[in-house]
Amino acid sequence: MRVVADLDLCQGHQMCQGEAPSVLGFDDAADVVVVLQEHPEESLRPQVRAAVQYCPAMALAIEEEA
Amino acid sequence: MSETVKSQQDVPEVSYVVEDGDGEDWGHLAEMRVDPIGLFQRVRDECGDIGRFRLADRDVVLVSGAEANEQFFRAPDSTLDQAAAYPFMTPIFGKGVVFDASPEERQQMLKNQALRGDMMRGHAATIEAEINRMVAEWGDEGEIDLLDWFAELTIYTTSACLIGKPFREELDGTFARLYHDLEKGTDALAYVDPYLDIESFRTRDAARVELVALVQAVIDKRLARAKAHGGSVPREERDLLDVLISVEMTADYITGIFISMMFAGHHTSSGTAAWALIELMRHPETLEDVVAELDDLYADPDGSGAVEISFQALRSIPRLEAALKETLRLHPPLIILLRVVQEEIELAGHTIAPGTMVAASPKVSNRIPEDFPEPDSFDPGRYLDPRQEDLVNRWTWIPFGAGKHRCVGSAFAMMQLKAIFSVILRDYEFELAQPSETYADDVSKMVIQLQQPCRVRYRRRAR
Repeated sequence: MRVVADLDLCQGHQMCQGEAPSVLGFDDAADVVVVLQEHPEESLRPQVRAAVQYCPAMALAIEEEA
Repeated sequence: MSETVKSQQDVPEVSYVVEDGDGEDWGHLAEMRVDPIGLFQRVRDECGDIGRFRLADRDVVLVSGAEANEQFFRAPDSTLDQAAAYPFMTPIFGKGVVFDASPEERQQMLKNQALRGDMMRGHAATIEAEINRMVAEWGDEGEIDLLDWFAELTIYTTSACLIGKPFREELDGTFARLYHDLEKGTDALAYVDPYLDIESFRTRDAARVELVALVQAVIDKRLARAKAHGGSVPREERDLLDVLISVEMTADYITGIFISMMFAGHHTSSGTAAWALIELMRHPETLEDVVAELDDLYADPDGSGAVEISFQALRSIPRLEAALKETLRLHPPLIILLRVVQEEIELAGHTIAPGTMVAASPKVSNRIPEDFPEPDSFDPGRYLDPRQEDLVNRWTWIPFGAGKHRCVGSAFAMMQLKAIFSVILRDYEFELAQPSETYADDVSKMVIQLQQPCRVRYRRRAR
């Protein structure tokens, strides 16, 4: 999987910091999410999915790779 | 590959079905005041992804569908401006409040409103306490009016979380009733003149005067208390009001700030809670599922202490969440989102000129059958894996709007709704107190609210 963050949509709620802290970080200066691991291990999928699902700005997505 | 971009004149205009009274020529304004949903839906049915209607002396270009909605929601403030699109809010907030703030100031306010993830734990505990307080008056059985009850509850929760607990303690049902009068003062006639001499505007202005007087009385008490304490008041007894008093803002301006801070979170949460309860009662199999889910979550089989609601409301409650999302899809609290074009913009293959009003409709988009099969049926299964119709259709599943201006309170709202249903479904069972089809929205104002009567019966659950 590939983790994608849309920085135009991120509002800086930082909910993803609680859901998937090893995959999604935060840039305090720019007030937006940072993708720490673009291709995280499959074992992290439930965490990433929760981050996508609970992002209040709907700024995150998982893209499946062939 | 390049399609020809058409001009604004080529945007089709929707038909007329309601005539103006009094020989006025206000376009579709008359229909906006009796059946706005019918009007917006007809724009899509007759015109497609882009169509227009007329509101007094200006064109409103209404878009729908994923592609056009994305263009609309992604446009920056410098292209599509919100402030000028809602003239009915100015007399409610008061001149100079919020909408005059720059985008940077608004960003700062957002932070001060404490809607961020790290503040939610405290809000969840506050909200649970407020719900318990109101439910404590219920007894074993009785009846409530959904509009009155949830409107009062959400006055207490929004004021306690966004302004502060000391201020909330000064409020009672009177504040809630006055606040409701403000919300009723959102007649679309404001597009002709927000200060017209009509009853709902007179009621609105009288309510605002009374609210300022209430806030002034609280300010006077704070000043007297500060004096008695020799100028300093213990930290835990202070809140945002003390901060605003210290920078010498007037009661009128402070009231405007409080009204605006509470506005987005009040009628929206109140209406959604009411509709969720109605839909759960209309769908007993869903209700049973949700109650079973909550009973499991809050069970305490070995007596080691049950999970606290304020903790769980911030975590996943999948079946309840799905029922809430489906309620929001069918009954979005805002049925139209408006902007005014500042710089020429292309929408659905047409260039739209500065000064034009443009709009997207959650009510229409949320029911596009290509995105939401059987769009009128209540089906919480839409949100479960693998369907996830909210995430798949992020530009048409828009009860919270979308893009940079997507409701900043959506996480707060979902947490609040989860807390409300965790408490009331744990302790009570409900039944409709009137025929199911008589629960409906009053859509005659821009802020839509449940039509009264909207009563339900409750009875304490047998354990």
